[in-house]
Amino acid sequence: MPVHHRHRNPPIGPEHDSQAALSIHDVTVAYHRRPVLWDLDLDIPRGVLAAVVGPNGAGKSTMIKACLHLVPRVSGSIRLLGDDLAAVQGRIGYVPQRETVDWDFPVSALDVVCMGLYRKIGWFRSVRRRHRDAAMEALDRVGLADFADRQISRLSGGQQQRVFLARALVQDADLYFMDEPFASVDAATEEAILEVLRSLRDAGRTVVVVHHDLQTTRDYFDWLVLLNTRLVAAGKIEETWTPENLRATYGGRLTLLEAAGWAMGTAGSGQIRP
Amino acid sequence: MIGEIATIFAMAMPPSAAVSAGGDDFLRILLLQDFNTRVVVAGAMLLGAVGGVVGTFLILRRRALMGDVLGHAMLPGVAAAFLAVQALGIERSLPVLLLGGGIAATLAGLSVIALRRVSRLDDDATMAIVLSGFFGLGVVLLSVVQSSGGGGQAGLEDFVFGKTASMVTSDVVVIAIGGLLVASVAMLFFKELRLLCFDDAFAASLGRPVMGLDLLLLFMTVVIALVGLQAVGLILVVAILVIPAAAARFLTDDLRWTVAFASLIGAVGCWSGVTLSAAAPGLPAGAMIVLATSGLFIVALLAGPRRGLIPRWSLGRSLRRAVGRDHLLRSMLECREVTGTAAINADTLMINRPWSRGGLLGLLRIARRAGEVIQIDRDRWRLTDRGEIEAAAMVRNHRLWEHYLLEYAHLAPSHVDRAADRIEHVLDPVLVRRLEAELGTSVERKPPASPHPLSTEPPSEDAVSNEGSTS
Repeated sequence: MPVHHRHRNPPIGPEHDSQAALSIHDVTVAYHRRPVLWDLDLDIPRGVLAAVVGPNGAGKSTMIKACLHLVPRVSGSIRLLGDDLAAVQGRIGYVPQRETVDWDFPVSALDVVCMGLYRKIGWFRSVRRRHRDAAMEALDRVGLADFADRQISRLSGGQQQRVFLARALVQDADLYFMDEPFASVDAATEEAILEVLRSLRDAGRTVVVVHHDLQTTRDYFDWLVLLNTRLVAAGKIEETWTPENLRATYGGRLTLLEAAGWAMGTAGSGQIRP
Repeated sequence: MIGEIATIFAMAMPPSAAVSAGGDDFLRILLLQDFNTRVVVAGAMLLGAVGGVVGTFLILRRRALMGDVLGHAMLPGVAAAFLAVQALGIERSLPVLLLGGGIAATLAGLSVIALRRVSRLDDDATMAIVLSGFFGLGVVLLSVVQSSGGGGQAGLEDFVFGKTASMVTSDVVVIAIGGLLVASVAMLFFKELRLLCFDDAFAASLGRPVMGLDLLLLFMTVVIALVGLQAVGLILVVAILVIPAAAARFLTDDLRWTVAFASLIGAVGCWSGVTLSAAAPGLPAGAMIVLATSGLFIVALLAGPRRGLIPRWSLGRSLRRAVGRDHLLRSMLECREVTGTAAINADTLMINRPWSRGGLLGLLRIARRAGEVIQIDRDRWRLTDRGEIEAAAMVRNHRLWEHYLLEYAHLAPSHVDRAADRIEHVLDPVLVRRLEAELGTSVERKPPASPHPLSTEPPSEDAVSNEGSTS
């Protein structure tokens, strides 16, 4: 159950870049005594499209949730856009995993996108015309303008994913966290989503994406966080995307050959994925 | 659990029946000619209306059972308040008992939330533990009350099964105040409650206090349970929360309308329950309300336009029929193209497609009634002019698809027929025109030639085994 946890947020060490979009300092998160994230320490600069990659259970989603205070952390501190979450909450956007909500819920695509504006609209006020206009614009940007009034269960999986993306777009945030936005979408949707993410980056926003498809990571992103409970590597993709790092992240689950192939960028690019 | 209910069941009988009247007075009740009847009906309908509102959010938050927990948990509160009042020698009054029930219900709700956070148990297990724990305590306290003797304990059992029929004006005022409170809270926080129920993680990421909103919903449920205690009793109070809201979900796709319909169904269910119980003396009103509301639920389940069983079934049927008709007309036209004769034998058609004889004859019958085919003799049929035009348009669409798939999807010709089949039934005119433009065919009604040989022979083994080997 997501609860807004109050955190002590001790000052972050001098080794961190004060200009970074996201600074995670010595963060440990545990679920019932089992550590999910261990001593995580990294910076993500502004204006990059960053992938968080690692095997199942590596703590990728947990890292995002810890940043948003959706899970309690045992220790460490986090700075978003150089400040505490509470101070910058209106500048943070979030795309949860698609499976976390009930798509049979009685709302239309437009209703869902409007939810991205609820903070701006404020308590006790209702959604007005101009809010709906803004939401329509976001739906149009993800190619779903014609589906605005459709109940969300009548959308395909890829369309549902794009509705979530549109909801994040109306947030007009400077820092986005997206949990597997490419999960089980068709090729056309993947292309559309990628285009939106790139336009966000090109507009100077920072996008942190939990990604599971190693074949596309090298092509899609320019910053990489390799995670397996502990941090394996973080940095520019051309520097961190190495066979050694991938092997260290995935261990025996990745053959040497695959790691080398992906690292060279030969596999995946230009090929039709199954 | 069953045993506990059984111990109390005896108390519920005989039901109070102040409004109960003979069958000949039914019209009087229906027309609300007595003040008493009006009071009871107004109270019950108000309760049903607000119960539906809160229930909608509870269901969408997947906390439907919370209503049951809170209802049952009020028993120890009411009994404890009764004992306290007796011990202190104060005059027994309804507000004090309700206060006791309210406190106990709130404690139960908080226990559910707390237990969920500290234990790793699922929601349903947590609620079952809290419900039975509180109710067990309630049964014990109730027996203490009864063995303590003393006057004035009569009426305490009304809380278990309600006393709708003997509601008085002050009860209705309590319901009205509680209902107004809950309805205005729901209106003020409508946006936030919708967000909470749909996507709590996103709500938290916006900085909305998820726990606070959950407590607000808990508070609303406690109020409904309290005012509902008077009418339907603590065991059945869950019904006025959950059943109307569940029924409303079959009627609409919009949350505002779901709330409105739940409210309406709750009010109508309560009104019919009260009226029925009044018409048939001896029937407990609280239980009749639940039965009437359940009846409305079944109607919604069957006929609800959104996901009702009948609309869904008939939609499936009409789609199957439309597809069958398409197949029939197309097959007849193609058979004629191949054989060159207009009169077509049913057996020939059966080779063309894998349909049963009965199914085929059924389709032919429907097409004859629609004036698309004519039966020549016992076993031979031909297309009418109208059928011919329809079939030609269909064949044209089908072949456009075939060409499109060949052109753009690189399928082998032998596979195209099946692939085209699946999609052609949903072709709309705009798409057809686009296909025509892309494939450079004329806009005439004449279909382009089939890209694969037409056959009236069963497909060869070879063609079948080839399936799936395209690259």
